[in-house]
Amino acid sequence: MSAIGRADLPVRSAGTQSQWQGTLLAATLCLPALLPLLVIATALISPETSVWSHLAQHVLPDVVANTVKLVIGVALIAGTLGTSLAWFTTMYDFPGRRWLEWALLLPLAIPAYVLAFVAIGFLDYAGPLQTALRSVFGSSAWFPPIRSTGGAILVLSLALYPYVYLLARSAFLTQGRRVLEVAQTLGHTRRAAIWRVSLPMAKPWIAGGVALVCMETLADFGAVSIFNYNTFTTAIYRAWFGMFSVHAALELSAVLLIFVFVALYLERRSRSGLRFANSRDMTREPPRFALSGPARWLTAGYALVVFLLAFFLPLLQLIWWTIQRAAQDLDARYWEFAMHSIVLAASASLVIVAASLTLAYLLRRPHTRFVKAAVRTATLGYAVPGTVLAVGILFPLVIVNNTLQDAMRVVWGSSAPVILLQSTLLAVLLAYMARFLAVGFNPVESGLERVTHSIDEAAVGMGVSGARLVRKVHVPLLKTSLTTAAILVFVDVMKEMPITLITRPFGWDTLAVRVFNMTSIGEWERAALPALAIVLVGLVPAAMLVRGNRHVA
Amino acid sequence: MWLELQDVARSFGSHRAVDGLSLQLARGSIGCLLGPSGCGKTTALRCIAGFEPVDRGSIRAHDRLLAQPGLALSPSERQIGMVFQDYALFPHVTALENVAFGLHRLPGPSRKRRAEEMLATVGLGDSGAKYPHQLSGGQQQRVALARALAPEPELVLLDEPFSSLDIELRERLSAEVRAVLKSLNTTALLVTHDQQEAFAVADVVGVMNQGRLEQWDAPYELYHRPASRFVADFIGQGVFIAGEIVGGNSVQTEVGVMHANGSGTWERGTAVDLLLRPDDVIHDDESTFKAEVCQRAFRGAEFLYTLKLPSGARLLSLVPSHHNHAVGEKIGIRIEPDHVVAFEKK
Repeated sequence: MSAIGRADLPVRSAGTQSQWQGTLLAATLCLPALLPLLVIATALISPETSVWSHLAQHVLPDVVANTVKLVIGVALIAGTLGTSLAWFTTMYDFPGRRWLEWALLLPLAIPAYVLAFVAIGFLDYAGPLQTALRSVFGSSAWFPPIRSTGGAILVLSLALYPYVYLLARSAFLTQGRRVLEVAQTLGHTRRAAIWRVSLPMAKPWIAGGVALVCMETLADFGAVSIFNYNTFTTAIYRAWFGMFSVHAALELSAVLLIFVFVALYLERRSRSGLRFANSRDMTREPPRFALSGPARWLTAGYALVVFLLAFFLPLLQLIWWTIQRAAQDLDARYWEFAMHSIVLAASASLVIVAASLTLAYLLRRPHTRFVKAAVRTATLGYAVPGTVLAVGILFPLVIVNNTLQDAMRVVWGSSAPVILLQSTLLAVLLAYMARFLAVGFNPVESGLERVTHSIDEAAVGMGVSGARLVRKVHVPLLKTSLTTAAILVFVDVMKEMPITLITRPFGWDTLAVRVFNMTSIGEWERAALPALAIVLVGLVPAAMLVRGNRHVA
Repeated sequence: MWLELQDVARSFGSHRAVDGLSLQLARGSIGCLLGPSGCGKTTALRCIAGFEPVDRGSIRAHDRLLAQPGLALSPSERQIGMVFQDYALFPHVTALENVAFGLHRLPGPSRKRRAEEMLATVGLGDSGAKYPHQLSGGQQQRVALARALAPEPELVLLDEPFSSLDIELRERLSAEVRAVLKSLNTTALLVTHDQQEAFAVADVVGVMNQGRLEQWDAPYELYHRPASRFVADFIGQGVFIAGEIVGGNSVQTEVGVMHANGSGTWERGTAVDLLLRPDDVIHDDESTFKAEVCQRAFRGAEFLYTLKLPSGARLLSLVPSHHNHAVGEKIGIRIEPDHVVAFEKK
């Protein structure tokens, strides 16, 4: 045992008092995620019968059918796109493979709602494509309608396939091409080996990716509302703003959460299958398989088409619209939207990184089961749709506000100041924290894992301890992780639509809200400028991901 | 012949990985390609398995043409089993399912029976239900062997099969693997850079250097009658000392006249290098030849002394360890070579 006193190590010492502080801290930080879940669970347990029967009769059948169709369709198509592209780029060589390999990740920068309005603006009856078709053929009635279930499925699949691509790719890279050779020496053809070995081995990763896609599809509000496709999220929004029925919103949220937890369960279960990542000697990895002439070009063409449809063409269209309308739209109001977005994103990343760091330190020192459970709950929000969190945060906030107001009236009488907690930035930030804590927590936690206890002991051995240890050793070591966390949260908040829409204080329109407002009146061109800004910011984390992935390849 | 390679060549760009490789392996015998890393042995193995095409020459197994330029039977049609260096067990299925993987042509019940039988053969009869990550390195190795052998291939290839095991396990397992292969009368070809491994497992060993096969022979012959200077250097320990042909096969050296055997027909006066193994140099107090101890390595039963001759040339000598001499001491030596191997000086 080292001669260093335990008390010198700030992160390891845990007296009874600091245990209590830790418990309290963890409990407080998990509240934003826990509160909405509790509120909604209450709505599920004791529903308002009249509201419930209305929903069950007039809303749910449609919404459930639509949601199920959408989720299954997107899971199938995004799963197929992601898995097949990952397969081709890891196993074969084809023209353009080197840059397509990472370019196929770029669609992560385009939010689904942006892709949705670009697709509609371009492909709808009044769009340039059908107009051109009519001028050539006289009619475009045969053109499949883009505002349809199929259209919504296609757009969400193109926006979300990178999740599957990313995970399947890392699966195929770790299992390597060697397993196919093994199967061949055992008398299986390579084609058979794909189905018998490679895909089954990659199943946990693919399933994890598809589960994420399902969660994102369930959470999507922007794209489906542009498509006028009625799902849970749009129904909740309408219940909240249109019908002003809190209970309808809460009860719809509760049913949606059941779907979400099925997806979450699948994702968690697939993760437990990831245990067999055996280390292999990458230097002896067999070379990429050669493709015959036509197959090479077909593969290259397929990957290129996906890239063009999911990223390049939409970006081009956005730029084109922006150029057309910039002179008109680039006014003082636009800078105000941008400023609102930046202020919200920056304060959310500050709050979330601080909370993540606190939770990560709580986990690093000896901790109780309660703390562990609290951290898990706090980071659960990534699975919960933004509309649900927004409603689940606002409802209790209104109750707290009214109770406080009543208390103040009792004390000060009619001269008591009027408070409206629910229409302050507090509500927005709490909901963001619930939704994006996991985004910030994961990089911070894995960063802190690299600061081993022996590093602490070495520092203490040299007389550096306490706050100085944190400042001089931990912060420099954590700098990259903290920056990554801050950037990821910042960009996610910039892109976020439903929480901002529902919880923002009056007049606090952001870029995403502007996109919503313009698209809801069909002004696609005028939505392009704020959308382009969001996409450009989104390219930052996409580029970081690309860089990280290049080292692996 | 069961396996026959004729003048096989394979290049990557301008690099000739395998260059004119010819060898034959009889049914039931175990061959080995031995050589330093980058000598082309793994490429040769991959050509035989069917993962690389050949640029020249041909590969036949059991009189079936497997590969020649423009023709390559796919690996799945060659009936050649392979044990990979990292075993490459399928991590998502049990040991038993791994072994049964190549038995897809058998009906269900007999498939399971055969897989169980094979696991029992390699001594893992009770580990069938375990997953690869629950097995030790040595056990994984044996599962890999059972998996390769289960479909009764015509030939089994083993790519550095023991390199990821620790030394003790390596010795034990190499003996076990040889026993299993022999008990099933399997024809096998192994690739390794470790001569102990090659000698422990194989009946016939080929030393490869820069894509070429230098010698294809029994281990004993490789050691005592190396066909080239590279083989002499690569196999075993030993040093070369300078000598001169004094007539016929007699070589005059500073430690006496020796008779080189073999078909050496050198002219009188030719300068040669003579290979002396540590066991050719006998410690003898009576001898008139004295050499100075300049290094010693204690090996338990014996010392390996590095000795300096008056000319400055070095010799290695293996001496029973009760002859304990200090560095700097002069000791008597006698040269008693069984096989004198000489190469013309370059």
